[in-house]
Amino acid sequence: MSTAMLEEYANREYEFGFVTDIEMEMVPPGLNEDTIRLISAKKKEPEWMLEWRLKAYRHWLTMEEPAWPNVEYPPIDYQKMVYFAAPKSDADRPKSLDEVDPELLKTYEKLGIPLKEQEMLAGVAVDAVFDSVSVATTFKSKLADMGIIFCSFSEAVLEHPDLVKKYLGSVVPYSDNFFATLNSAVFSDGSFVYIPKGVRCPMELSTYFRINAMNTGQFERTLIVADEGSYVSYLEGCTAPMRDENQLHAAVVELVALGDATIKYSTVQNWYPGDLETGKGGIYNFVTKRGKCDGPRSKISWTQVETGSAITWKYPSCILKGADSVGEFYSVALTKGRQQADTGTKMIHIGKNTTSTIISKGISAGRGQNTYRGQVKILRGADGARNFSQCDSMLIGDQCGAHTFPYIDVNNPTARMEHEATTSKIGEDQLFYCNQRGISTEDAVSMIVNGFCKEVFRELPMEFAVEAQKLLEINLEGSVG
Amino acid sequence: MSAILEIKDLCASVEGNEILKGISLTINPGEVHAIMGPNGSGKSTLAQVLAGREEYEITSGEVLYKTEDLTDMDPEERAREGIFLAFQYPVEIPGVSNTYFLKAALNAIRKHRGEKEIDAVDFLRLVREKMKLVHMDESLLRRPVNEGFSGGEKKRNEIFHMAVLEPTLGLLDETDSGLDIDALKVVAEGVNVLRQDDRSFVVITHYQRLLNYIVPDFVHVLVDGRIVRSGGKELALELEEKGYSWLEAEVGALATA
Ligand SMILES: Nc1ncnc2c1ncn2[C@@H]1O[C@H](COP(=O)(O)OP(=O)(O)OP(=O)(O)O)[C@@H](O)[C@H]1O
Ligand SMILES: [Mg+2]
Repeated sequence: MSTAMLEEYANREYEFGFVTDIEMEMVPPGLNEDTIRLISAKKKEPEWMLEWRLKAYRHWLTMEEPAWPNVEYPPIDYQKMVYFAAPKSDADRPKSLDEVDPELLKTYEKLGIPLKEQEMLAGVAVDAVFDSVSVATTFKSKLADMGIIFCSFSEAVLEHPDLVKKYLGSVVPYSDNFFATLNSAVFSDGSFVYIPKGVRCPMELSTYFRINAMNTGQFERTLIVADEGSYVSYLEGCTAPMRDENQLHAAVVELVALGDATIKYSTVQNWYPGDLETGKGGIYNFVTKRGKCDGPRSKISWTQVETGSAITWKYPSCILKGADSVGEFYSVALTKGRQQADTGTKMIHIGKNTTSTIISKGISAGRGQNTYRGQVKILRGADGARNFSQCDSMLIGDQCGAHTFPYIDVNNPTARMEHEATTSKIGEDQLFYCNQRGISTEDAVSMIVNGFCKEVFRELPMEFAVEAQKLLEINLEGSVG
Repeated sequence: MSAILEIKDLCASVEGNEILKGISLTINPGEVHAIMGPNGSGKSTLAQVLAGREEYEITSGEVLYKTEDLTDMDPEERAREGIFLAFQYPVEIPGVSNTYFLKAALNAIRKHRGEKEIDAVDFLRLVREKMKLVHMDESLLRRPVNEGFSGGEKKRNEIFHMAVLEPTLGLLDETDSGLDIDALKVVAEGVNVLRQDDRSFVVITHYQRLLNYIVPDFVHVLVDGRIVRSGGKELALELEEKGYSWLEAEVGALATA
């Protein structure tokens, strides 16, 4: 097993590169107030929604693209992008899977996540976002009986305006950062979830995102509100087809957990990482994800498995406002080929006795660059706040890199902080040892990587954990040895 | 019956340095061969070459395993065909439990033989039985492979792996080094139980003492990449008494002659 072979291992072409042929309805490229008015009109939005978008747009014009992440990419021409694309059949949206475009179903099958099967898998309701508009929603009526709202964001704007008005921008304000502000101006669709007081959502809520129109920026907007004493587990998974032009994806996810409520948000992300040699064609994933533990004993837990995108720039964060509230961040980020990831979390302790846990596992292969950037901030009033952080990096081959930037800002003397960090390398010795016991190199690497990620996978819901493991395997497979 | 292993005039080098300089050795089914020799003489190199480590380049000669050319085979293929190497320095594999690892290994071998995967109950039974053989503590099963194991535990674990995988040819590279006398007996016992007509061993050691417990059919002395002397088990006693210098002197004389 030579280093050269290790590197080769890291270079496996993207499996899910294909484009589905579905007719698209697009807004012409370019961004100005008219574009925003057009998007809003197409979605038949009320005036307040349009005003909010325009406010964001005007603010965005005053902002500059951030330069601090440890990633490199050619400048993005925001005037060349398409800001809205929807399947043509938008007018008469399907009521059930039977009405869904068979092309779309085929796409999901190619991904190995056929909707049909998902539907049968009891406990999983699927709100499939295909490009910008939701085209398939299931289990809705069952959830509705419990008072749970699970629908597309556009639908929520029309049918639950009070909830949307109350919570939209309450965690990620329209002026938050360059990409979040852009999203606020042009967001296309996404999911909305509301769990009423005391209700435990009986199934994992799941959305499969898929970017499918050439040259279309994707601006998802998700808002999840868990009212007092409720519980919800939400799964987000996605993969995208092969294409030639870089695509910006700037989503915003806002979570609000009121007193004694728990939100568990899990992501498996496998977007097109771009050409292995040049990085060309990959997705830029610049996402703002933030949750607010608003009431006492509330809890927000982020779990993410990031294997795709050319560039990932993402820091799921928790604002721990309620006393005794809990924030968690479990992350696996894999970079190979020319991929770059700058990811981590922010834990902001405001309330008393708030606790946060950060477990980050970065895997770099090929020429991948993996950066962990985390901030733990303990404010003055956060008596007895505690944080535990563990950041581990694994290197496969010797052309990749791992970087760790933990920032700690403590303003209360009673706070307790623990930080651990390790860097390890899959060595030729280890691989030879496995080979000598009859285990193939591929199996050995996936075994070692899975072992490395165990603490994070443990946090994922069962089916998702299996999928995540498979995804890592697929991503690492075939390129070494 | 044909030989399990036939090495003919094998030369091998690493990073341009020739380490093995013409080794010939035939191992028949059921035989135990001990290899002794000073530090750096090439004993581990021979074992690694047989196991298929890529860094070592075979520059000339031939190695036949069960009459097949071994040099064409990947390390994992050799392992599946029954070659087992107990490492001089067993490698740690963090995050992967010893049981999980061993099950993956056993199933890879079974699959190669066209057998189906072992079921969990049978596997557990097998593992329990073999653990007794090497008096290994059960907690070592759940822990990551070799991680934080003591030197002696690592060596025992190697023999435990061998007992579970039941190879045709076991290569033991200084499995006795670093073992206390009780552990040494246990390891030897583990090997002796596995001794049978169709299984052979190559035992690399520095100490005649081990050979009191694992009684070899042949002893070979490796000096500077060559087998300079072969004999029965008495040769080990002679070496214990005289050291290697008299042989090294002979080799020197040979080389300058
Ligand atoms: N990867 C390598 N790169 C350079 N030299 C090597 C390498 N592996 C082995 N050698 C050299 O080959 C020679 C033989 O080494 P080997 O490990 O086979 O000796 P040994 O007989 O097993 O010694 P010991 O009794 O100390 O275990 C040594 O001089 C060693 O330094
Ligand atoms: Mg040695």
